[in-house]
Amino acid sequence: MEEFFQQFTNGLAVGGIYALIALGYTMVYGVLKLINFAHGDLFTIGAYLGLSILSSIGLTEHVGNITGVLLLAVMVMALVGIIGVVLDRAAYRPLRESPRLSAVVSALGASIFLQNMVMLIYGARFQVYPQDILPKVAIHIFGVSVPLMRILILMTSIILMLALYFFIQKTRIGTAIRAAAIDQGAARLMGIDVDKVIMIVFLIGPSLGGAAGLMVGLYYGQINFTMGWVYGLKAFTAAILGGIGNIPGAMMGGILLGVIEAMGAAYLSIAWKDAIAFCVLILILMFRPTGLFGERVAEKI
Amino acid sequence: MMKPRMMIYIVLSVILLGSPLFLDTYWVDVLNSVGLYAILGLSLNLIVGHTGLFNLGHAAFYAVGAYTAAILNTRFQIPILWLIPVCGLSAGLFAAMIARPIIHLRGDYLCIVTIGVGEIVRIALINDLSIHLPAWIKGILIRIFGLGILDIFNMLEHLVITGGANGIFGISRPTLFGLIIRKPEQFFYLIWFLVALTVFLFDQLEKSRFGRALNYLRDDDVAAEGSGIDTSHYKLAVFVLGAAWAGMTGNIFAAKMTIIAPESFSFWESVVMFTLIILGGSGSIPGVILGAFLLVGLPEAFRGFANARMLVFGAAMVGMMIFRNQGILPPLPRTFSVDR
Repeated sequence: MEEFFQQFTNGLAVGGIYALIALGYTMVYGVLKLINFAHGDLFTIGAYLGLSILSSIGLTEHVGNITGVLLLAVMVMALVGIIGVVLDRAAYRPLRESPRLSAVVSALGASIFLQNMVMLIYGARFQVYPQDILPKVAIHIFGVSVPLMRILILMTSIILMLALYFFIQKTRIGTAIRAAAIDQGAARLMGIDVDKVIMIVFLIGPSLGGAAGLMVGLYYGQINFTMGWVYGLKAFTAAILGGIGNIPGAMMGGILLGVIEAMGAAYLSIAWKDAIAFCVLILILMFRPTGLFGERVAEKI
Repeated sequence: MMKPRMMIYIVLSVILLGSPLFLDTYWVDVLNSVGLYAILGLSLNLIVGHTGLFNLGHAAFYAVGAYTAAILNTRFQIPILWLIPVCGLSAGLFAAMIARPIIHLRGDYLCIVTIGVGEIVRIALINDLSIHLPAWIKGILIRIFGLGILDIFNMLEHLVITGGANGIFGISRPTLFGLIIRKPEQFFYLIWFLVALTVFLFDQLEKSRFGRALNYLRDDDVAAEGSGIDTSHYKLAVFVLGAAWAGMTGNIFAAKMTIIAPESFSFWESVVMFTLIILGGSGSIPGVILGAFLLVGLPEAFRGFANARMLVFGAAMVGMMIFRNQGILPPLPRTFSVDR
């Protein structure tokens, strides 16, 4: 039971990370109907930027660890968000009127470009996050000790997701995003600046992805330039699991996938861990392509 | 009257055929890789270029062919070139099994699924296909079947089929008419003969009813279906054909390298195959061959920048989509002779 609970909480933490990345996929897909293959690499950039800021300006020495990490997260999110907007300008905006598959190829190209840029700047080896930033304590819940890190990660991702949810549901801009996702043409006719909406989507999605990258760095302690690829694919699986284009669905899908994967690794086979998510992906696309929580079935996929 | 384009192709082919006479071994070997990628690109071109199915897991079928050849050759000493049809068959069957349930998915979804399939195949090869049942399942099975079943667990765990991360080595050299093919120059002629054969066959295919049907369903799925084209049948057929061709190429790769390992079939191999089609001109045979030269040959010429080459590919893909999304050498419009 102890092991089960450990795996379960681990799955929840990883699932929170998947969910944050999945939100970026699902938001962009909702508005542009484009799989942003470069999203996983924005996540990697988040992890590396976090490391750079930490090691270069000694943030945590000046303001204390907790505030330091919070400030770091804000800085990383802002920077990655800006990179996301630039990416959209450079690689996707010129292709708005082109066939959809051109944009997919462009996204793949952008992904290859960003991944190799990270490799050229930071090198191909694993980089290590400083280990003394957050206290390595465990909290006892129901007689089982759970590392504080896991709880913090799950909490942070839930807070970010709730903030996004209310932003999308309650604010004017959020309404505009939802409108543009349903029908771009009609949204334009209603006076919504769709280009601005897309820009905001490319600001929010990547910044959440960047936050997830920072969390992975803090949680696992080491990062690599290729990690965005695997996380990106798994997060995309999570987005499909929850029904792509569906924001609460991406959150649930991410957490569900994290738990499925942790359980699979523990009780089926650790060597096949990475294959589990892909099997889930294939099964879900075969049997329920609109996702577990997908209600929008208007489009045939 | 010969068209100038045709003249250029003939002159270039003659130069290529003569190139082993004036190139050193290293460059001949580079041309061999270009040739292999050209065949792979042409096989993927049927799927991506002609039919518009986004397949980013082509390396999986290449791997199935290469491993089929390597396993049968090292275990049973079957001459490797005899195994070409077997490799095609195994890759084709595998593709049919995989594609049957997913072929109806729309472009970008299919793309993601094929990436997933490629990764699953690679993970399976690294894990040596060995099956380590978890303890709790073992417990249940022992309770049902008794302790005799332990032998079966043991056997499943020690299956050595694909050699794990190290792969398979000691694949024998191919022999053709009693001649052992070993030098790069000899491989050069074998590989480029196969490229020529592929070009000839695929050119015929392109002009056939089958090829026209593929183009039609690429351009308009619904209209094609409305005109009586069984779209999922055609999609499946072309997917299996392309995969089988990649499997046969896998055989030649295994014969050339004599060692194969899972990392030769990583996702990036699929990306290179895909990119060379997009950059060269999707749906166009000369375009794909040009793409193979650009993506495989050109980086060798700039080895100093080896690290930056993928960066350039990525940027080139984006730029190409923005400025010339049909590729460098797009297919010519179909022409039909009227003076009959």
